[in-house]
Amino acid sequence: MARLSNDNVELAREIIGNYPRPKSALIPLLHLAQEQDGHLTDEAMAHIGELVGVSSAEVLGTASFYEMFKMETVGRYMVNICTNISCQLRGGEELLAHAEKTLGIRPGQTTSDGLFTLEDVECIAACTEAPCLQVNYRYEHRISNEGFDQLVDDLRAGRRSDIPSHGVLAEVRQHIPEDRRAGVVTPEDKAAPVWIAAAGEGVK
Amino acid sequence: MITDAPRIITSRFDNADSFTLAGFEATGGYQALRKALSMGPEAVADEVKTATLLGRGGAGFPAGVKWGLAPENVWPRYLVVNGDESEPGTYKDRLLMERDPHQLIEGVLLACYAIGCGQAFLYVRGEMPLAQERIAAALNDAYAAGYVGKNILGSNFSVDVVLSWGAGAYIVGEETALIESLEGNRGMPRLKPPYFPAAKGLYMQPTIVNNVETLSNLPWIITNGGEAFAALGAETSRGTRMFAVSGHVKNPGVFEVEYGVTTFRDLIYAPQYAGGILGDRALKAYIPGGASAPWFFEEHLDLPLEKVTVDRAGSMLGSGAVVVMDETTDAVKACLRIVRFFARESCGKCTPCREGTTWLENILQRIQDGYGRPSDLDLLLDVSDNISPGITWPPKQTTICPLGPSAVSPIASALQRFRPEFEARITQAEEARHSIPVTITKASSHG
Repeated sequence: MARLSNDNVELAREIIGNYPRPKSALIPLLHLAQEQDGHLTDEAMAHIGELVGVSSAEVLGTASFYEMFKMETVGRYMVNICTNISCQLRGGEELLAHAEKTLGIRPGQTTSDGLFTLEDVECIAACTEAPCLQVNYRYEHRISNEGFDQLVDDLRAGRRSDIPSHGVLAEVRQHIPEDRRAGVVTPEDKAAPVWIAAAGEGVK
Repeated sequence: MITDAPRIITSRFDNADSFTLAGFEATGGYQALRKALSMGPEAVADEVKTATLLGRGGAGFPAGVKWGLAPENVWPRYLVVNGDESEPGTYKDRLLMERDPHQLIEGVLLACYAIGCGQAFLYVRGEMPLAQERIAAALNDAYAAGYVGKNILGSNFSVDVVLSWGAGAYIVGEETALIESLEGNRGMPRLKPPYFPAAKGLYMQPTIVNNVETLSNLPWIITNGGEAFAALGAETSRGTRMFAVSGHVKNPGVFEVEYGVTTFRDLIYAPQYAGGILGDRALKAYIPGGASAPWFFEEHLDLPLEKVTVDRAGSMLGSGAVVVMDETTDAVKACLRIVRFFARESCGKCTPCREGTTWLENILQRIQDGYGRPSDLDLLLDVSDNISPGITWPPKQTTICPLGPSAVSPIASALQRFRPEFEARITQAEEARHSIPVTITKASSHG
């Protein structure tokens, strides 16, 4: 795959239509491309540039700032282990060391079967559930070494259908029905909102 | 003091269907919106001012005052919801988004109505697909039911709430960086002044950026009145607040407690909260408000969770993140881990932060690895002083945003209190280094 599929182009146009400026859709569209291909290809980034009206260099400029966007192939499962302070205090670094041994890779590497990429990540907002990790951003709370090995076994055996492949985030999307849409408000729309104008002088 | 204050924002957390429209409506959901539409926008804004609701994102600025900073009669205005929770130790906004998305949406609508925002953007952290999914589903249901979109509940109030999300960058929690990200750019903070979001924010228009927890309080405030909210808490800190207590405690958890009166001791030791230190060991230190906050110690335990009191004591309540370290904690290692976070997350725009945090990490790493030098502790303080002149609290900064100065907090705290630990680590390293040539000489002289 390279450029966005026809279905995804349709989705992309809908997303762009939600924003006052097309470029605001850039990050959501990059997620869409990553969902399609598992990582960001040059072709998909160029295509996104065409859709939002910016150069592919600008697309890359934005994409390369954000950690979740991968410019190269990664494993089907991104295993992100938190080692930040709350997790460090509860064994996050030991869990990472165990994961390295189980998977036979260091952070940033991918297993030779292409299944797992391991990362040592910053706080993922599950601090009271330390040590914790995410597989493709799905949480595993208070996980032990044994629990980790079980998780890896289950993923290898295809027993975790609740975890989609890398790149897939929310499986429910927002769709604004046309008959309910209030409409985008661009910076050029200088009139006071109707309910403010109607409320009279008191509201500024 | 432990009180029986009502749970304002976590009231539905025990309900299995808390995230559904039916579950929300069955528990008073969207009634505040109906009430607000009959009150008018100015009265709604007044209730929030009366409540003196402090922002729950980190800076603790009063929400009602923030709303008032938008210049008069400049349109359009936007509302941006900051759901990019990523301060180490912080865990509350994700829960609010996953378990009670409609409460947040109702809060967003109340804010847009009062401020006159033409459109709202709900920016959720990229790494939180469940929160994104729950909010997407909630928005779809709320649109269909007439709560969001055109002519809300048959009134003249119309606003679209657009779900947006990030892609992994701590700095985007800073409000001007969040706006850059929402414009499709690299998430780098803007220079203030002139880019105060209330004056020049999204697309250079007046923009109010509010945190998820802040907005989640609004339905209760409108339903019960600003005075009822202000009757809870103390001093400048009114209402209730969520605190995540993590680290070396028996019962790590997220607790909604009365703001301003509950103490750190209550939160860390009370059986209904974190239940005391693991293994009944002694407390070494705790972080009162997320990784950016200077550390507190035993003598601060009886301070109330009250903004100004904690500020005066030399730290901050920040994002409601209490991280507890017991006596077995390695201060050097903990300090290194926090500094490393800021070094990794520096956006690179300002030199003191980009270079400084990297050097702080490198120096701490070599101390931790046994290659520390006797001059390193002074060097750490010197580099810190270049990022945050004087190493004071609140910090002065040579940078556009507070990320760089935040990396100084753990160093200042740990060195002030546990300097002997750092010195011992360096001394041992020195001895180890000098013993090597001695050993070699002896070995060779004996042939």
